Amino acid sequence: MLKIGPYSFESRLLLGTGKFPDFDIQKAAVEASETEILTFAVRRMNIFEPNQPNFLEKIDVKKYTLLPNTAGAKTAEEAVRIAKLAKASGLCDMIKVEVIGCDKTLLPDPVETLRASEMLLEEGFIVLPYTSDDVLLAKRLEDLGCHAIMPGASPIGTGLGIVNPLNIHYIIEQANVPVIVDAGIGTPSDAAKAMELGADGVLLNTAVSGAADPVQMAEAMKYAVLAGRGGFQAGRIPKKLHANASSPLEGMSVL
Amino acid sequence: MKMTVNGREVEVPENVRTVRDLLDHFDLNKDLAIVELNQSILDKTTRDDQKLANGDRVEIVQFVGGG
Repeated sequence: MLKIGPYSFESRLLLGTGKFPDFDIQKAAVEASETEILTFAVRRMNIFEPNQPNFLEKIDVKKYTLLPNTAGAKTAEEAVRIAKLAKASGLCDMIKVEVIGCDKTLLPDPVETLRASEMLLEEGFIVLPYTSDDVLLAKRLEDLGCHAIMPGASPIGTGLGIVNPLNIHYIIEQANVPVIVDAGIGTPSDAAKAMELGADGVLLNTAVSGAADPVQMAEAMKYAVLAGRGGFQAGRIPKKLHANASSPLEGMSVL
Repeated sequence: MKMTVNGREVEVPENVRTVRDLLDHFDLNKDLAIVELNQSILDKTTRDDQKLANGDRVEIVQFVGGG
């Protein structure tokens, strides 16, 4: 059971809703993933082209917990404004703090992320900051009272997987709130690796929406998260430098 | 009446007097729309009757796909 603030979830896979080929494929992928948490962005309505379809109309919103992000914000103040707009939808009180500090790498601005998280906690939000894999920053965010910490595996949309597993390990080891590995996941093995490291969940988007078959990839990610979690809970064997036979050495009468 | 909606200066007919009228005028989905008037976010349950005035700055946003 994944517990974030007052909420509990069976699934440990969080799915983004961006860049799917079409709403039918997206809906099928969301269902195949068995996710319970969907992320969204907040953007202006096009007043001159009304009635464009919206994914929220295609799904039973009550079945999911919505996790809007503050993407587009470059300062804490902008993030707070977007978060308040999202909350005014009446659909959610969780917010993914996302304050991008660099257009090339899309890496989060640590100072603005910290400031935004502090301001949003004061406003009563359930706060899940997207952060770099900086161990001390993760600690500072937790000390503020953030309800989960979401370190990136690698930059958004790269599919490079976990480029610094040691830092992710340290972040998980020190945390007393859920750690959700967010961004950079490319394959099911990346998601499984995050879960094997002890992550409480994985948030991904492009790995599914950009796959040749998003629905099959969504299902694969579901199993990867389950497998990785199972492997973490079961406890892996220690790594050894030399071989250790798994068949008995006694009773080899055939030789 | 002239106002700025989503960063664009627009002129709306005289019968557009409230937020409800404005959303109807642009044929926007009221369930999805989140409205900010002069930098103050409006409560969804009470916003429809909110009066509009000449020169108002209105932002109308919604959830869209994102990660």
